[in-house]
Amino acid sequence: MRIPLSWLREFAEVPAGATAEDVMEELVKVGFEEEDVHRPTDTLQGPVVVGQVLSIVKEPQTNGKTINWCQVRVVPEGAEQTLTGEGIDPSGVQGIICGAHNFVEGDKVVVTLPGAVLPGDFRISARKTYGHLSAGMIASVRELGIGEDHDGILVLSRIGLDPEIGTDAMELLGLYDQAAEINVTPDRGYAFSIRGAAREYAHATGTTFTDPASKVQAPEVLSGGYGVKLNDDAPIYGKPGCDRFVARTVRGVDPSRPTPPWMASRLRLAGIRSISLPVDISNYVMLELGQPTHCYDLDKLSGDIVVRRAAAGEKIATLDDKERTLDPEDLLITDDSGAIGIAGVMGGAATEVGDTTSNILVEAAHFDEVSISRSRRRHKLPSEASKRFERGVDWHVAGIAAQRVVDLLVELAGGTADEAGTDVGTAPETVTIELPAGFAAARIGIDFSEEQIVTALEDLGAAVEKHDGGWTVTAPSWRHDLETKEDLSEEIARLVGYDKIPATLPVAPPGRGLTRLQQQRRRLIQALADAGLTEVLSYPFVSKAANDTFGVAEQGAARPALKLANPISEEQGFLRTSVLPGLIEVAKRNHSRGFRDLAIFESGQVFLPGDTAGTESIPPLGAKPADEVLDALYDGVPDQPFHVAAVLTGHDSPAAAAHAPRLWDWADALDIARLAGDVLGVDLVASQGSHQAFHPGRAARLSLRTGETVGYAGELHPKLLAATDMPARSVALEINADALFEAAPDVIVARHISTFPLATQDVALVVPADVPADDVLDVLREGAGELLEDVALFDVYAGKGIEDGKKSLAFGLRFRAADRTLTADEASAAREGAVALAAERFGAVQR
Amino acid sequence: MTETLPGDAIPNPTDEAAINAAVDQAVTAIAGAATLDELKAVRLAHTGEKSPLSLANREIGRLPKDQKALAGKLMGASRGRVNKALADRTAVLEAENDARILLEETVDVTAAPRRRRAGARHPLSTLQDRVSDIFVGMGWEIAEGPEVESEWFNFDALNFKPDHPAREMQDTFFVEPPEAHLLMRTHTSPVQVRSMLERDLPIYVLCPGKVFRTDELDATHTPVFHQFEGLAIDKGLSMADLLGTLEHFTRQMFGDEAKVRLRPNYFPFTEPSAELDIFHPGAKGGPRWIEWGGCGMVNPNVLRAAGIDPDVYSGFAFGMGIERALMFRNEVSDMRDMIEGDVRFSEHFGMEI
Repeated sequence: MRIPLSWLREFAEVPAGATAEDVMEELVKVGFEEEDVHRPTDTLQGPVVVGQVLSIVKEPQTNGKTINWCQVRVVPEGAEQTLTGEGIDPSGVQGIICGAHNFVEGDKVVVTLPGAVLPGDFRISARKTYGHLSAGMIASVRELGIGEDHDGILVLSRIGLDPEIGTDAMELLGLYDQAAEINVTPDRGYAFSIRGAAREYAHATGTTFTDPASKVQAPEVLSGGYGVKLNDDAPIYGKPGCDRFVARTVRGVDPSRPTPPWMASRLRLAGIRSISLPVDISNYVMLELGQPTHCYDLDKLSGDIVVRRAAAGEKIATLDDKERTLDPEDLLITDDSGAIGIAGVMGGAATEVGDTTSNILVEAAHFDEVSISRSRRRHKLPSEASKRFERGVDWHVAGIAAQRVVDLLVELAGGTADEAGTDVGTAPETVTIELPAGFAAARIGIDFSEEQIVTALEDLGAAVEKHDGGWTVTAPSWRHDLETKEDLSEEIARLVGYDKIPATLPVAPPGRGLTRLQQQRRRLIQALADAGLTEVLSYPFVSKAANDTFGVAEQGAARPALKLANPISEEQGFLRTSVLPGLIEVAKRNHSRGFRDLAIFESGQVFLPGDTAGTESIPPLGAKPADEVLDALYDGVPDQPFHVAAVLTGHDSPAAAAHAPRLWDWADALDIARLAGDVLGVDLVASQGSHQAFHPGRAARLSLRTGETVGYAGELHPKLLAATDMPARSVALEINADALFEAAPDVIVARHISTFPLATQDVALVVPADVPADDVLDVLREGAGELLEDVALFDVYAGKGIEDGKKSLAFGLRFRAADRTLTADEASAAREGAVALAAERFGAVQR
Repeated sequence: MTETLPGDAIPNPTDEAAINAAVDQAVTAIAGAATLDELKAVRLAHTGEKSPLSLANREIGRLPKDQKALAGKLMGASRGRVNKALADRTAVLEAENDARILLEETVDVTAAPRRRRAGARHPLSTLQDRVSDIFVGMGWEIAEGPEVESEWFNFDALNFKPDHPAREMQDTFFVEPPEAHLLMRTHTSPVQVRSMLERDLPIYVLCPGKVFRTDELDATHTPVFHQFEGLAIDKGLSMADLLGTLEHFTRQMFGDEAKVRLRPNYFPFTEPSAELDIFHPGAKGGPRWIEWGGCGMVNPNVLRAAGIDPDVYSGFAFGMGIERALMFRNEVSDMRDMIEGDVRFSEHFGMEI
């Protein structure tokens, strides 16, 4: 909401020298944040005066254009030019070259004299052009920054002005005024008006407020006016779409009357374009009182006005010259011809006031917030009117606003008001709120006095009635947001001042600290960072193709994914089922910035819709849903496990003197995955894996001892690397960290530490090439029995001396007993047991 | 070697003067050895099988019985003196040798390569932990929830009326199909609702996490950002308790000079509601007030949605942006740096914030 200061001053005590900034500083105290300042003098500086064109000499040019060499009087005849400076003619007559032709000798115009500065830092000076010294400019509204009119220069008589020559034109056009722009929160629709803003300014400063509504003399009762029927057969939430419709008639309006500059200036500062006098008056009253009104060309109406819901398929051509198909929920203003307006949103083109309109029907109605809001959204038609109706308009101000429009049409447009008028509808029931004594004090923490409470509420416009237990409060008709004792408490605190609230520190009951899950998550992230990886963040928005590539389920099929209804980019319209696509984008971005050697990781939720996503309906607010409804809400929310993923590209460390960096390879990916398991105490099992994003022979499936797959690690598929311009042999891993957290042991049981001597034995086994080393390790463990302390693979060999299709695996076995020193024979026997089982399972032969 | 050995004359093991002379000669030679190699030669010459002292020693066997004791004593003492001289000289030469070798092994430590990568945390993640730790220290607990939420948890339970403009101001990402009423949470407040439904009273929880709004990415906006919201539900809580909690937190975060200021505002889920400014003593360009978030007393309709009786319990809630804190606390001037994943951004912070 933009508040022109001259307008605010009419109803509030604003100090003479106050700026828009000063006003905003006051209003922010009562909850209106400052947005902007609108001040013509920030970009426009004088001297800008009224001049009269004495003579025009038309001079054709070689380029085919004709220019005017004008003599313009800028001080009254006989008076002295008091301005001095380069280019100011002491005679009071300036010679000016002008290219526009929409004026004649004798016209009064706006002259920007040398020394003036126009918007766009356009400095006016005397300069030689077309063979003359042009000392100033005859200005258009566009050049003055007060309009978009391209038709030529501003001739003052055409806006109804005949000022004295030499008058300060900036004063004349209201250009010394300024507006403060504040943000109005959605609960305070009333503040979208000078009436509301002035009241709040008075609250903020503790000064007097004059209600603009009180200055209008509207008849108590209207009758005999234009026929209006309220026929809403489908109210939303049981509320009729229109519960008041005031119609007034003004005849004999002069369509040639211009909008007076003071009104045009205020509208402009308020951000509203001047259109025609009747429309400007309607807007002016809306800004002043907060009640949108509409002017119909009475002669274009046929039959009674009926306010009703639209019929299916019904159409209307709106003021913006667009044909719109209506929805049965749209509330319409209609006459015998059909729809003549979407109620509270936009009027129809057919009954619009125009250049020939002389008889006007003024509408000031009260519409239901929800109905207007839905129509506005449905037709994407945000308007000044809908903005106010959606937030709630004072039911009682409709008649006053209509009267104010009538008065202005009579005063400024030369019309005559009909005595008769229409006012139909039913006032909403008055709501009273009980405010128990002590409630506001308890809720706010300030020990309010009775006087503070009553004064604050009465200042708002509320009626307050004291009784034994507190107060019965009737909220003012423009404050639809005041419904509960909490609302009243806020108002009391707001008017007394939030800065009066003391600070006390409540003590929470003894807590449990971070949960185990939270600690595990931290440990995992920190471990990866400690291992030399860099944590990054990416967006969860991905393409379908990326999800199809990375988000594979157990059997290799792409997982279903959630699609956004309104994504930022259609291309990235899905929610990730894997963290890797985002990480790969991050890797590519780093590559493009010259960083090819990377080890990056990200952790976060992925989105895995199950069979049921969401719920068909939503329970109402303000009440706890039934258990089964709540369960359905919970169950409808898709599974969103916490994943961690890493991408490694290029080398493991920077090249340096006496240091050869190593290229990351598939084993690094696996190593990091194992580290993730280790720090959480989870035994991760790697097996030969198959995942379309990975190299078919260099990917490990990661699983728990239970067999559950929890991720993949290995070299990314060469084709994928080529397609994404990533370095060859880049590796990656992704783990469902939630599955690891869950698998982590609750309690680790200590192991007995034997201090008896170690016996080591090595063994080399030849096995078929496709037997995984890890499987052989498992069998050796099983076969060696409990004397085996540890076994490790220390060499893999294939080639000379080994049959084709076979490989030799060398293992180091460590034996130790808990209770004695092992003999060589005992260790050998255990080794033989291990070898024998490997021979049985895999046909292993000892080398 | 320059000295001459008395090889031709075997000293008499009972001749004290001759033995001493041989010992003196050996000791002098030992002292004169300049290197370990020279010392080895001297040792062989003076203690080897052919050395005068060894030969003299061998003579003892041939002596008459009554002279053997005297000779034995004499020869033992002389061996002791020579051995000690050898040991001393060896120690001296070895020390010299070691010092020289280690000196030769000197490297330029400033040319050391970085063999390990130094990893790094993302500062948003570190800052989120830090904020959480402050509240955990106050006895609060950390609560979390899903990022794709049911509309009810995100709006209705928080007293956003279905057609109220406040709902639209949240610029929500909706999940298809819209009839399923799923969306990306626009704030972490749904976690507050879940906490109220799932926990026993009183409740003191902090809900940090990612939230989503349909803003295009630019220097000051991002469609994905991080918040932390606090919720306290107890008997008799007031706005003064809210203010006190915020003050305690901001002092832990920004120092003892930090202050909190509340300004009236509107949120559907709180009544009264307030805008929260903090006075940041360490702000770039000098101490100043900075807008940081919103807060207020939990709206009774929100309590009712969770089955909590607003006549018995009251509560307060607050919410602040973590990106914003990173901007004013750590002087990050462009939001894009936080989200683009340039490794230089995280690596500059390392593990600290």
